Amino acid sequence: MSNMIVLPLIVPVITAILLVFLRENIFLQRIISLLTVSFVVLISVILLQEIQKQGVMRIDFSGWAPPFGILFVADSFAMLLVLVANIVAAICLLYAIFTIGKSFEKMYFYPFVLLMIAGVNGSFLTGDIFNLFVCFEVMLLASYALISLGGEKVQLREALKYVLINIVASWIFLVALAFLYGTVGTLNMAHISVRVMEAGADPLITTVALIFLIVFSLKAGLLLFFWLPGSYSVPPTAIAALFAALLTKVGIYALVRTFTLLFPTNTEVTHMVLGIMAGVTIIAGCMGALAGRDVRTIASYNVLIGVGFIVAGLAIGTESALQGVTYYLMHDMVAKAMLFLAVGMMMYVTGETVIDKMSGLIRNYPLFGWLFFIVMCSLAGIPPLSGFLGKVLIGQGAIEGGNFVLLGLGFLSSLIVLYSLLRIFLSSFFGETIISLEDEKPLPKRMVLPLTLLAACTIGLGIGAEWMAPYVTDAAKTLYTPSLYIDAVLDGTTWQGEVNK
Amino acid sequence: METLILVLVGVLVAVATYLILSKQLLRVILGTAVLSHAAHLLILTMGGLKKGDVPLLEESEGPYTDALPQALILTAIVISFAVTAFVLVLGYRAYKTNRSANFDELRGTPDE
Repeated sequence: MSNMIVLPLIVPVITAILLVFLRENIFLQRIISLLTVSFVVLISVILLQEIQKQGVMRIDFSGWAPPFGILFVADSFAMLLVLVANIVAAICLLYAIFTIGKSFEKMYFYPFVLLMIAGVNGSFLTGDIFNLFVCFEVMLLASYALISLGGEKVQLREALKYVLINIVASWIFLVALAFLYGTVGTLNMAHISVRVMEAGADPLITTVALIFLIVFSLKAGLLLFFWLPGSYSVPPTAIAALFAALLTKVGIYALVRTFTLLFPTNTEVTHMVLGIMAGVTIIAGCMGALAGRDVRTIASYNVLIGVGFIVAGLAIGTESALQGVTYYLMHDMVAKAMLFLAVGMMMYVTGETVIDKMSGLIRNYPLFGWLFFIVMCSLAGIPPLSGFLGKVLIGQGAIEGGNFVLLGLGFLSSLIVLYSLLRIFLSSFFGETIISLEDEKPLPKRMVLPLTLLAACTIGLGIGAEWMAPYVTDAAKTLYTPSLYIDAVLDGTTWQGEVNK
Repeated sequence: METLILVLVGVLVAVATYLILSKQLLRVILGTAVLSHAAHLLILTMGGLKKGDVPLLEESEGPYTDALPQALILTAIVISFAVTAFVLVLGYRAYKTNRSANFDELRGTPDE
């Protein structure tokens, strides 16, 4: 049973390699890539059930017992993220199939997407910090290729910056790994946690923790986000939506793991820094979203507000805040993919990117208009959509933990999100229509279908919150009490002896 | 010995930083290559330089040298090789399409 944990990584890799040989057969490429991602969704549902029955699961590659070998660990948190990430990826793939065009499909678009998904799944599941680095690189290399695919002037220019930023970030990751290995002498995440607890609040370990914070903030777009708006607005819509939904979330996942499991000591320093960074990110994101006139810019800055809000939940760090983080991460993947797809479709039907130049879209495309309304409500956190519960739980955690500044900032940011999207809605969807019936570009049903599916997901996540609750509660419990995770990896007795010594 | 290598790492990082901060595309790419070498040396040093024998348990009585940093570096070298190859091609394409390899001219205008 536990062998299944490796499937979310290995199946996309194998099919990606297979698809390289099927370059000319676009139809088969489409079918196989959709099937692969759906298969991973199925696997993650089964694994999620299994984790509820038997607790955190793990697989030791080649039978090397931890802490010596590389291993994959599946807890509810990781598995929920794998599940939602792959559902969103499947829907984005569907949109890509209808819109991206033959030239992309022949240039290995599907293999790259599958490799990126493999990297994302691997990052969620791995229990070894060096393996996390490797999975990050798999994901990033695929994303480098995807962002420059198409080869337009702007794209190449922004791709260059994106790649260079990420090379430097990966270098800092390696440096942090070197220092970590020099300090605690192990790479297994559970074992690191044990060794760090033994050492207590050692300043050296806190320094290493802060270096990791820099790395993952660069990847997640937390405070160090200067690269994000530029690079997320150049690729085609389907790719931008995939990036917005998955890439920053992997960075956030790494932050959550690092600061709940790896470095549980000396939280006064690390969580304070996290809180400050989250607050500044929220403020800066709000300013960008308010100032932007380009729909893509507004959407990119909305990504940042989401990142800031989730990390604020992590900085608060109570059990209900962590539940909120889990909910909100899932919601954010769905909602950000939806926002980027909607923005892409606005640009498709009008050929414009500036909001003032579009008007009255809801008269031409009523369904699309109302779908945009759903995204807006979902991102602003209006019940019964998915954003609501995450916000409530993080808010509840903030009150329990006494972090009133973050609470205020978080809830003010919801208003700003609502305002920035309402601005798009009022000026582009309402008002006099500028597209006459003859000039109206047809919006085929199959293009609206992915957006409708995502809307169904966000409503489902909101209304089905009761049904999701046991999984989310379990995820937050494992995050809040790292010993559950460590017990599952290191087989209980041995490590407790080490701590007591 | 460790101190000496760490000084070397520092020199490499300084050189790489200088290169990355320059405005010519090719220099920046070379800078990232040098940067990755610095990281590899750092990992090797942090694991402890040669302390004992080859870690073949039945061949000698120890103490053994830690083999893990070498495995890590091998992985990191392969990755940085791939990334450098990719970024060189990307840089060449960007140069061809934008007709410039100077980052001042690659900045882009705000209202695009």
